[in-house]
This record gives sequence, C-alpha cells and structure tokens, in this order.
Amino acid sequence: MKPSRLTLFGDWILDRFPLAKLWNEHMAHYYAPKNFNFWYFFGSLALLVLVIQLVTGILLTMNYKPDAKLAFDSVEYIMRDVNWGWLVRYMHSTGASAFFIIIYLHMFRGLMYGSFKHPRELIWIFGMFLFVALMAEAFMGYLLPWGQMSYWGAQVIISLFSAIPVIGDDLSLWIRGDYVVSDATLNRFFAFHVIAVPLVLVMLVFLHIVALHEVGSNNPDGIEIKKTKDAKGIPLDGIPFHPYFTVKDIVGVAVFLLFFSVVVFYMPEMNGFFLEHANFIPADPMKTPEHIAPVWYFTPFYAILRAIPDKFAGVIAMFGSIIVLFLLPWLDRGPVKSIRYRGGIYKKALALFVISFLVLGYLGTQPATPAAVVFARIFTAIYFGFFLLMPIYTRWEITKPVPKRVTAQPGIEVYISALKEAFVEMTTEKTIAAQSGGYSPNGATVIKRRLNLQGVANVIIRFAKKLKASLD
Amino acid sequence: MNNKGVDKSKRQFLTSALTVVGAVGTGYIAVPFLAQMDPSVKAMAAGAPVEVDISKMEPGQLLRVAWRGKPIWILNRTPEVIATLKTLENELRDPLSDESTQPTNAKNPLRSIKPELFVAIGICTHLGCSPTFRPEIAPNDLGAKWKGGFFCPCHGSWFDLAGRVYRGVPAPTNLEIPPYRFVNDTQLVIGELAKEASA
Repeated sequence: MKPSRLTLFGDWILDRFPLAKLWNEHMAHYYAPKNFNFWYFFGSLALLVLVIQLVTGILLTMNYKPDAKLAFDSVEYIMRDVNWGWLVRYMHSTGASAFFIIIYLHMFRGLMYGSFKHPRELIWIFGMFLFVALMAEAFMGYLLPWGQMSYWGAQVIISLFSAIPVIGDDLSLWIRGDYVVSDATLNRFFAFHVIAVPLVLVMLVFLHIVALHEVGSNNPDGIEIKKTKDAKGIPLDGIPFHPYFTVKDIVGVAVFLLFFSVVVFYMPEMNGFFLEHANFIPADPMKTPEHIAPVWYFTPFYAILRAIPDKFAGVIAMFGSIIVLFLLPWLDRGPVKSIRYRGGIYKKALALFVISFLVLGYLGTQPATPAAVVFARIFTAIYFGFFLLMPIYTRWEITKPVPKRVTAQPGIEVYISALKEAFVEMTTEKTIAAQSGGYSPNGATVIKRRLNLQGVANVIIRFAKKLKASLD
Repeated sequence: MNNKGVDKSKRQFLTSALTVVGAVGTGYIAVPFLAQMDPSVKAMAAGAPVEVDISKMEPGQLLRVAWRGKPIWILNRTPEVIATLKTLENELRDPLSDESTQPTNAKNPLRSIKPELFVAIGICTHLGCSPTFRPEIAPNDLGAKWKGGFFCPCHGSWFDLAGRVYRGVPAPTNLEIPPYRFVNDTQLVIGELAKEASA
C-alpha cells in the first residue's frame, strides 16, 4: 500500500526536525513520580496563567495608549466601549493575582517537599529568577492604568533605589527618565512590561523546565525515583507524563478555571485586593492618597520595608527578604527532603514562617500605626529567623526513616468518612414521637440532632493530639 | 594549505583579541543605549521658576503649587505654631538641618527666610509620597505626642511644621526646601534664589 500524503508530510518534517524525539523526551517518555498529589498542579497552572496573560495582554495593547494624558481614559475606553474589553481587562488583572497565588503555592510546595534541595538547586534558582521577573512585570504593569495607586506605588518603589548610597539618586533618575514619575516613566514601563520582561519570563520558564527534566521531578516522599529502575531502565515509581499527568493536569485546569471565572465575572476588584479602589481616580502628582498600599502580593515585603525605622536598612531588609530565598538550597542542612520524614523542628519552623508571611501580608495592607509596626517587626524577625537560623536548627533535626519506594497516602474518601464519624460523635439523636406531646409539626415523628458537648470535647482533644503528633 | 597541525598559541591570541575588541564595541554601544534612558533635554528644561501670589493667604493656611512636577507647599504659620516649633528640638533627628537639603538662607531652626512663611517640597524624603497636612494638636489617630505637622500616610513618617523629621521614623532627613525668593511682600518666586543668597 502506498503511504498517505499525510504520512509522507509527517516523515518530511521528522527528517528535518526532532519533533518525535522532543515529544518523547519531555512527554511520552518523561517519567514522573506516580505519587504526585494536589500540590503538583501549580506548575502547569502557572504555565496556563502565563498563556492567559500573554494573550489578554496582546489584546489590551491594541487599545491601550501609553501616554500620561491618554492612559487612564484609554483603560476606561477598553472597559466601556471596546467589544468585550471589560472581559479581557478583568482576565488580565485577575490573572496577575492568580499568577501570584499559584506561584506562592508552588513555592510552598518546594519548601514542604524539599524540591529545592540537591540535585534541584538550579531549578530553584531559575524559579527564583522567574519570581523576581514576575514581580517586576506585575509592578510595571500596575503603573499602566495611571490611577492614583499606580502613580504613588511607582513613586515609592522607584524611590527605593535612591536609598542606595552614592549612585542611588542618579539611578532612580535614570529609571524614571524624569525628576518625578511622568510620561517618560509610563512609556518605558510599557516597553518593559510588554516586550522586555515577558521575553525574559518565557526564556526563564524554558530554562526552569529543561533543568527540571534533566534531573527529574521530586515528589511528596522526597525520594529519587531514578534510583530504583526496572530491567528496561524505567523508574519503577515513574509513569509517563503523557498521558497520565497531562490528563490529571486538565482536571486541575478545570477546577482553576472555575475559581478564575467566579472572580472575573463576579468580583474582579476582589474588594480592593486585586484592583485597588484608589486606582479608579486618575493619577495626581500633587496629592498622595490617604492610605497607600501595594497590591496584596507585594504586601509581605512592603510590611518588612516599613518595619525598619531607617531608610537604607529598610530597603536592604526588603531586598534581603527575597535574596534569602535564593540561598535556601545552601541554608538547609537537613538530610531529608520531604516534610513527611523531616524532624519536628523544621515542621514547626515552616508553620511559623507561613504564619509570619501571612501576617506580614495582612499588615502590609494596613496603615502604619505604632502597634502594627511592632507586630511587623516581630514577624520580620521570624521571617528572617526561618532562613538565617536554618543552618543551625536543621542540624538538630531528628528525622524519620525514608522509605525506598514512594508510598500510598489515604485519599479524600478517608477524610470524608472521618468527618462523618466526627459529626456523629459530636451530636446526639433525639426522637420526638408524634404522640409524646413534644413539638412535632404535622403530627410526624421528628428526629432532632443536638450538640453533644462531651463528644465535641473528645473530637477537639483528639484533633489537637493528632496535630501535635504530626508536628513531631 | 597547512599540514603542520594547529598553532594553539596563535589561535588563543586571536580568540583573546577578538574578545577584547568585542567587549570594547559592546561597551561603546552600551553608553548611548543606557544614556537614552536618562531624562531628555526637554525634561531637563521643564524646570522654569513659578510665581506665586501670597497676598490672600490666611494665617494657618496651606497653599499647594506645582514646580517641576512636584508639589510645593507654602504655609502661613501663626505665632502659636512658631512657639510650639521651638519646643520640639529634643524629639527631632536633624533639628539644625545639617544633613538636610535647603538653600543657605533657609538653614535655620524654622527652615524659612521669613519665620511666618514656610516653603517646602511636599515630597517625603523616605520614599517620595506626599505627606498630609495635619495642623491639629493630638488627634485621635496620631496620639497625644502630635503637635501639628505633616504626616506621611505611606510609611508613617512624622515632620513638624518646619518640615523637620522626628526621631524613630523611616524618613532620614528633613523635607527639602526649594530655592525661592520674595519679589515683594505679596509675591514669591519658587525655583530662584535671591541674588545676595546665591552669591
């Protein structure tokens, strides 16, 4: 039989481009650990959000005007007069926040399962550069609507550079291109936001994934699956990325889009967290809004900046809070990767770190009252303590034995039935018969559930004990 | 054709020479590329002095004008305010303005040419927000220690009504005073020094 024209065309391509090789190396024959859980959705979701941002961003540039006189009105024009402009813009603004939610969860996954540890240090470094590039992208994008928050937020962040001794003033002048944030600043931020930083982001994503596929994925047990292979050299605990994880990731995508759509359609401003109220007022260089705060994803670092009562030291602390993340692979001396087998001291430290990150994030949204500053100082100390004391406390860790092969964990069904049992334990059933004279509508027999205080206490004690045990 | 094999040292020399030439070329092209981002000639020229009429100012009133795109405050201080300012020295970081920026004829405790008329650039020396004017004494949100002044809502810096920064706040220096001169009792020019002061 003569081969079809399609086959011939396919062969023509394959002779000239290693399509099949690439596909096999990164999809069909890329073996990922079979015990991936919920936390492993966020890598692919970050890629999805990047695509959403690129597509909606390109559409927005078709109507946006990077000019101090026209910018604010052009955004309103997109919102009111451009067909579906509101949808594209809200997808882009919600996408920015979604990006950070996903990236923070992705990074937390790394902290939990030791994905930054040997041999994945470089993946972590590329990831951190991605995080920094993403922050630059978000910051410059936020100036473009030219609202009050855009303007004064940019003014504050660019002034950070003026705190650097000797070159600071010239450097911030060079960044702004003018003595104040002005049209020149807006125009260049547009160029960076639309061309320069997205290119860097895409290149870093490429490097991040190439480095990942070279060493292979980590997993919730923190075991190197390449250590146990079958006769053909395939990891026993690995399954091909395609079709297994492509299909799994599609479920994650569907759930993500559900949440994403709810925000885009029903709460795009997220009560001032995703789009700040003051940003609906055009930029006014003469007047700072009463209370200025960055968008939520910068607030932990902003709270650290405000906690230090010295300009230069505050700036150092803020940049330092990001730089310590780069050093993480070398600060952590624990021999075990996954939190499942790490010592209680790391679990407690990580819990404290998460709490301090969230509290700093909250404080960053609030005005700098004296009480808030005291709290910010305490939690800044905890934030840095987590990293800088790590070389000491991870040496004291008493780790649990790590299994040779990945383990099966109870699924969600187990938790649901445990929840049902707890409900039964916490309540008592009371049957009120129709004839007994008690309250009973329509003469029917009614079964009522009442809170059983003894049961509630038992459940709480059991839960507390379990929580304590899980932190040891 | 040469069959004597590779002369490694010659090859090394050529590689090094090419690297140096390439680096110099990159350096040369980097200068215009980087300088391109500095303020343009037009932006530098847009700093003409501004004339302000102060004849209609009430005691205690704050007037805001723009100069070089920055907010300029002109405050008419009452004798009570001036009396309060003289009691604050111990709480200030730089009461004599040694580390702060101002024209020499405004380098005095009240930081002004005429005691009653205070002129300053309304930009916080911390991170460039414009502080809010809070002349009232001991308001609820700022506490009993507040004697009237400028409060930066961004990062909580305190300045008194002479633009002097308090201790223990993020701002490092006092508010900047622009060059200004009086044409007569009712006319003020911002952006220019009086002739005797600039000499």
